[in-house]
Amino acid sequence: MTLPIFVPGDDPGPDFVGLLDRLGVGPFESTVPFDAAQITHGTTVLAIRYSDGVLMAGDRRATSGNLIRHRSIQKVFPADSYSGVAIAGAAGPAMEMVRLFQLQLEHYEKVEGSALTLDGKANQLSQMLRNHLPAAMQGLAVVPLFAGFDPRTGEGRLFQFDVTGGRYEERDYAAIGSGGLHAATVVKLRHHDGIGADDAIDVAIEALFQAADEDIGTGGPDTVRGIYPVVALITADGFEELADDDVAARTGTLLDRLRGAS
Amino acid sequence: MYVSPEQVMKDKADYARKGIARGRAAVGCTYADGVLLCAENPSNTLRKVSEIYDRIGFVGVGRYNEFDQLRIAGVRHADFKGYSFSREDVNARSLANQYAQALGHNFTHEMKPLEVEMLVAEMSEEDGGDQLFHLLYDGTVMDTTSFVVIGGEADAIRERMEGTWSREADLGSALGSSVNALAGPDRQLAGDDLEVAVLARQNGRRAFRRIEGDDLDGLLA
Repeated sequence: MTLPIFVPGDDPGPDFVGLLDRLGVGPFESTVPFDAAQITHGTTVLAIRYSDGVLMAGDRRATSGNLIRHRSIQKVFPADSYSGVAIAGAAGPAMEMVRLFQLQLEHYEKVEGSALTLDGKANQLSQMLRNHLPAAMQGLAVVPLFAGFDPRTGEGRLFQFDVTGGRYEERDYAAIGSGGLHAATVVKLRHHDGIGADDAIDVAIEALFQAADEDIGTGGPDTVRGIYPVVALITADGFEELADDDVAARTGTLLDRLRGAS
Repeated sequence: MYVSPEQVMKDKADYARKGIARGRAAVGCTYADGVLLCAENPSNTLRKVSEIYDRIGFVGVGRYNEFDQLRIAGVRHADFKGYSFSREDVNARSLANQYAQALGHNFTHEMKPLEVEMLVAEMSEEDGGDQLFHLLYDGTVMDTTSFVVIGGEADAIRERMEGTWSREADLGSALGSSVNALAGPDRQLAGDDLEVAVLARQNGRRAFRRIEGDDLDGLLA
């Protein structure tokens, strides 16, 4: 592994993916069709804008066809200090995309000496999705959510994407994955302008619970093994993942309330 | 016309040394919480001190375009290595060796030697494990765990540093001795003349933090 020095005309600049290309590490390309049901899939993730920033949350289940493949997979990741990315779709390519995206942002920041803007980061993810389109067409679709705190507006912002790299900024909330529809309905009913962190967390936990209740691809809270959804808050102070104990306690409160209601 | 190899090397070395001696100096030293990197640099945008990886920092003096190209190559090397293997597999020793190879190759094979002197610093998770690698224009590499002075008037600065540096020093006093050593007895350096950063154990995964503005003035006061 030698020092990567390039002549000015062939220099990849702050582009890590461009660097990988020049070093001979190309993107994954599948040439033979395969049974998409055998690929491990990730499932319900959501993002909610609230008063101090934006919240991201995701369930922990990965499935292959009708089998549960993992019970404690992580689908919400920090992208850098002030943004996060959550994934739905084929787990392998999605994880790889997240890893590359994280590296791309950090690489840019170090080479250029300043971080990308939030729009720049979203656009970068959009390009990665567009490059992934051939694999998506063969059944390896990856659909991420991207959210972050924008220091220029002082607000949280969130973006949805499609497999072609289409980028759609949402104002208040977004939920994707096989249980995304159910989760979005719960959030839609309870979200309001200026919702606080506390309420936003409870709404997210309930939305994931209801999604898991309706969708086999989404895992509910697992009190036996102590596995709970991942919830992260992104504010002016940065990306912070909630402690498992906190999510467990809030899930307990939700379950008590639901028992009382039935 | 015949010129002996000794003379060629000597001329190249003199040329490189002169170029480096023209620039302002920088100091890197270990202190209680990690590594302090401090350069005399009136520019606020053209950096001498930068982040390479989670626990690795870089300081370059001499010709800006040359050490900046090596800095970027270092970031690429580290990021690519961390991507191929694991983040824990990236270390300053391997990077310093790569730099030494590149500098040495350039010194022997190219007409013009690189007019740069560099410091690659790695913070260790354990107290006392921090390492500093000092690289010269011809590929010479030296390692130390105390402090390194690079750039013009290095000998005088080194001497002053020797009297005041201590591994157990806190950030304020480590910065004090570095700045006093850089300034010498006849000058005062203010925050605007300096570029300061630390690799500190309490900073989490990416240990590199710049110390600027009011924070820097506060520490210098």
